[in-house]
Amino acid sequence: MSSNLGSMPLRYRISIDREQCMECGRCVENCPYGVFRWDGERILINSRKCTACHRCIAYCPRDAIMLQEHPCDYRSHPVWTRGVRESIYNQARTGKIILAGMGSVANLPIIFDQLMLDACQVTTPPTDPLREPVELRTYLGKKPSKLEFRQKPNGDVELSTELTPNLMLETPIMLGHMSYGAISLNAHVAMARAARETGTYMGTGEGGLHPGLYPYQDRMIVQVASGRFGVNVDYLERGAAIELKLGQGAKPGIGGHLTGEKVSADVSRTRMIPQGSDAISPAPHHDIYGIEDLPQLVNSVKEATERKKPVFAKIAAVNNNAENVAAVARSGVDAIAIDGFRGGTGAAPRVFRDHVGIPIEVAISTADQELRNQGLRNEVSLIACGSIRESTDVVKAIALGADAVYIGTAALAAMGCRVCGNCYQGLCSWGIATQRPDLVARLDPDVASKQIANLIHAWTLEITELMGAAGINSIESLRGNRDRLRGYMLDEGLLDILDVKSVGA
Amino acid sequence: MCGIFGVMDKRRQMMDGSGIREALSMMNERGSGEGAGYVAYGIYPDYRDCYALHVFFDKACESKAVIDATLEQWGTIEHDEAIPTCDQPGLRVNCTPWRYFFRPDASLAPGSATPEKDVVTNLVMQINAGANGAEVVSSGKNVGVFKSGGAGSWPEAVADYYRIQDYEGYIWLAHNRYATNRPELWERPDPFNLHDWSVVENGKTTTYGANRRYVESFGYNCSTGTDSEVIAYLIDLLVRKHGLDINLAIRALAPPYWDEIDRMPEAEQNLNRALRFAYGSATMNGPFTVVAANPDMMVGFTDRGKLRPMVVGECGDRLYIASEETAIRAMEPNVESIARPAAGEPVIGRVAP
Amino acid sequence: MAKQVTIDAKGMHYTPLNQQIRKAIEDGIDEIVVDNVLGQRFIGNGLRGNTIIRVNGVAGGDLAMFMSGPTVIVSGNAEHAPGNTMDSGKVVIHGSAGDAVAHSMRGGKVFVRGDIGYRGGIHMKQYETQRPILVVGGSAQTFLGEYMAGGLLLVLGLDGVMKAREIGSGIHGGEIVIRGDVDEACLAAGAKKLPLTDEDRARIAPVIREFAADFGLDPEPLVNADYTRIVPASARPFAGKYTWE
Repeated sequence: MSSNLGSMPLRYRISIDREQCMECGRCVENCPYGVFRWDGERILINSRKCTACHRCIAYCPRDAIMLQEHPCDYRSHPVWTRGVRESIYNQARTGKIILAGMGSVANLPIIFDQLMLDACQVTTPPTDPLREPVELRTYLGKKPSKLEFRQKPNGDVELSTELTPNLMLETPIMLGHMSYGAISLNAHVAMARAARETGTYMGTGEGGLHPGLYPYQDRMIVQVASGRFGVNVDYLERGAAIELKLGQGAKPGIGGHLTGEKVSADVSRTRMIPQGSDAISPAPHHDIYGIEDLPQLVNSVKEATERKKPVFAKIAAVNNNAENVAAVARSGVDAIAIDGFRGGTGAAPRVFRDHVGIPIEVAISTADQELRNQGLRNEVSLIACGSIRESTDVVKAIALGADAVYIGTAALAAMGCRVCGNCYQGLCSWGIATQRPDLVARLDPDVASKQIANLIHAWTLEITELMGAAGINSIESLRGNRDRLRGYMLDEGLLDILDVKSVGA
Repeated sequence: MCGIFGVMDKRRQMMDGSGIREALSMMNERGSGEGAGYVAYGIYPDYRDCYALHVFFDKACESKAVIDATLEQWGTIEHDEAIPTCDQPGLRVNCTPWRYFFRPDASLAPGSATPEKDVVTNLVMQINAGANGAEVVSSGKNVGVFKSGGAGSWPEAVADYYRIQDYEGYIWLAHNRYATNRPELWERPDPFNLHDWSVVENGKTTTYGANRRYVESFGYNCSTGTDSEVIAYLIDLLVRKHGLDINLAIRALAPPYWDEIDRMPEAEQNLNRALRFAYGSATMNGPFTVVAANPDMMVGFTDRGKLRPMVVGECGDRLYIASEETAIRAMEPNVESIARPAAGEPVIGRVAP
Repeated sequence: MAKQVTIDAKGMHYTPLNQQIRKAIEDGIDEIVVDNVLGQRFIGNGLRGNTIIRVNGVAGGDLAMFMSGPTVIVSGNAEHAPGNTMDSGKVVIHGSAGDAVAHSMRGGKVFVRGDIGYRGGIHMKQYETQRPILVVGGSAQTFLGEYMAGGLLLVLGLDGVMKAREIGSGIHGGEIVIRGDVDEACLAAGAKKLPLTDEDRARIAPVIREFAADFGLDPEPLVNADYTRIVPASARPFAGKYTWE
């Protein structure tokens, strides 16, 4: 049955400056969505298919293509926004839950942008990182809270505390978990090479480990999610660390699924499920129905790998974040990744993406404070993730209490992603969120890995500059050092939660 | 810019305060005349078994009764009196220095390995956190802090106000302040003391916030906002509560760079890595020279980037640590050796048992 | 001659116990007997090879999790989730087992002579030749085969009434075979009943015979009994739930 709604106004309009266009056809070749087609000598445009992926614009040799968002106005209305109205039309037509790609589009204030960093002036000198060391080396894992010593027969004292395995990062930036299946093998290989080059680690996501990544396994954090896709003892043993995915910031409280269309032969092999079948990750782990089950899973993974590897847990940031973190910290995990509500995703229900969860800035602050209050801070490292966009976000997250961050969308953007949010279509023109071989081939792992490495390198340089300016020459002296932040136009309640003073104070 | 000075006699031979006054005033160029202070060990032999609490009352008539009552809850006051003072021209007095000789009730900290010190620590935190018009500025046995802040607080005036030439101690620390913050508060200048430990600092760490959050998670309460307060608590925590040797405690506060650790022999590497793992939040960063003392030792150390000066002199049984050599020579013109230790080389002098 | 070793687990924590078992396998032991087991978790966890591990007592949670090859035989009961995310090998439990038996199992066999708890066979899945098999001699509880994505789940109901309801909730692969008839009302949305064909019976007969042999039962009446076969109504149970922005 058809609806009476007719067609929706165009989301984007593509136009070609015919004076500039030399009819080379690169736009036709590059657009996988079918916006452009040849009509004899002329290129025709179907703007309705456009996703604003910018591939055509990026590859037009004459800058002849122009994109306009929302070329057709609705009557402006502060309550009945375009998004609200279009969701109603969509659901009136389909009767279904709306899924959307990438992170939250809710127009809410970003706390990071209202936190100002400190710099030294006269009472303390800035450190010049060009001349003096500024240490970014970060160890993730359990740390002793207190050291024990024993006296040797000759009277010397030696350390008797045994350190448990930690991951050593040259910079506190890691590449977050995005599964093979959600993104392409070339994207994964690019990330893995960049992780190796920059001395950091990447997450596999929950899609298993493709043999093409075995050469980089010492740089991989292998994820165990509720679907257990691709998880066996071989997989666990290959990883440098193991992460238990308990939740995701973009969609707290629900699972996810990779649609059968994306389960190609290769993806099916890596996930260990039949080709073309839905890969469903349930909301909970079915062996964790109570918090006391979490240590059982943590210990099970540790026993299977002879306690040689750190085990992380990732949770979504929700209201009782502090309690969740304190509970997870007692489970024996070595690090907790907290994913804020702006975290990315290939697909999430729109209502979850835009309405469930709390900001990462708040989640890290409350987690760090609660762990300190309960004397558990050294039990776990804290990893902040979910919308880490630039080096200042990294510095601010660490000053609020994080040990390191995961970046996801930023890494994709470094490979070309324009954050168009159409990952679910599986037609990513940049060869990132697709399994279509011709599209995947567009992403050269050598080139893309260099771009990601460049980004991490550039951020690392900026972080050392910011730390040097603040007179801090080691990252642990930045960690939890909220005294070096000031809140600009943040309300008193939020300043209190963040434990940050107002600007001027 | 501050000037600090410390002297210790290894055989507990007493020094009166006049030489220290001379030494500190040699570094007046480093101060702003808005804060100076002295701390001496061995000054109360008649009450050697009592904890000497030096307290600043905003208004003695209002606050003293409250503090008396609090102390009586936690132990016994053996004796109390106003600290003798002598008004100095230009030194603006805004509080009344008092001293108590106090015996804590150890039964109030059951299970503690150091119950008396726990009681005293709790008392100090409680009084200093409260809006009671009283600040405890020193709290150890046979030790006392004499300091003031605000206009006219040059080292000579402060020394003369407290008549420190009348006190005899075997360890003295002193501090000549360049004020940056709330100069009028008398409790703010160094030295800072918590029972055994006293601290003077030249510099300003960039890690006050991180260090403060760390010590506060162990129940300390930083009420003055000064580095020295946090440092005193850090040292007390690491040495008394965590049982670290002073050498290791200093290494935790100012650890070697990872590059240096990577080049160490394995056992040492492990130890240093463990220290940085365990005490990353206690690590102090930014420019500082710290001189700290307890009844048995005096130590000096700098930040690992060596951003602040530290001069060490020795003469007979005397060990001197100062910001400038001139201060040492003012007190000991015939000093036998002068050294400028490298960053990461703490100076540790111990009193003969 | 097969090399055998006995470990007394009395009062032992699971970490040293599992280290001893691992060591025995490295030493080429063919059969490891573990006596006095009382709740030690993770026995057989992540082990490879074809050793036989005899567990005398009550096995703790996550027995044989991630296991890839060995055979674990438990004389008594087992707790939560035996065969969890197991790859290959076999678990034989002479008693009963707790909830989430064979959770996310992707290969090998789990045989339970007695009953299993809730959510048995949850999210079992198969890939090519790897096809997990869970056989329950007694009864299974509710949410049997929830989210099931592959493999065979067989319930023989030897000891009376089958208690499971909401069978095959979210099932999108594999098959659940239950002896006797199953009331339609006990099936969850997304699951459907089919009669057992001769082909199906030929497929499950060797499994029944192996089970019967392991527990000393007469196989033929079981092979020839009536069975209900429950399969997914769709391989894409959630496909109709979503639209795109």
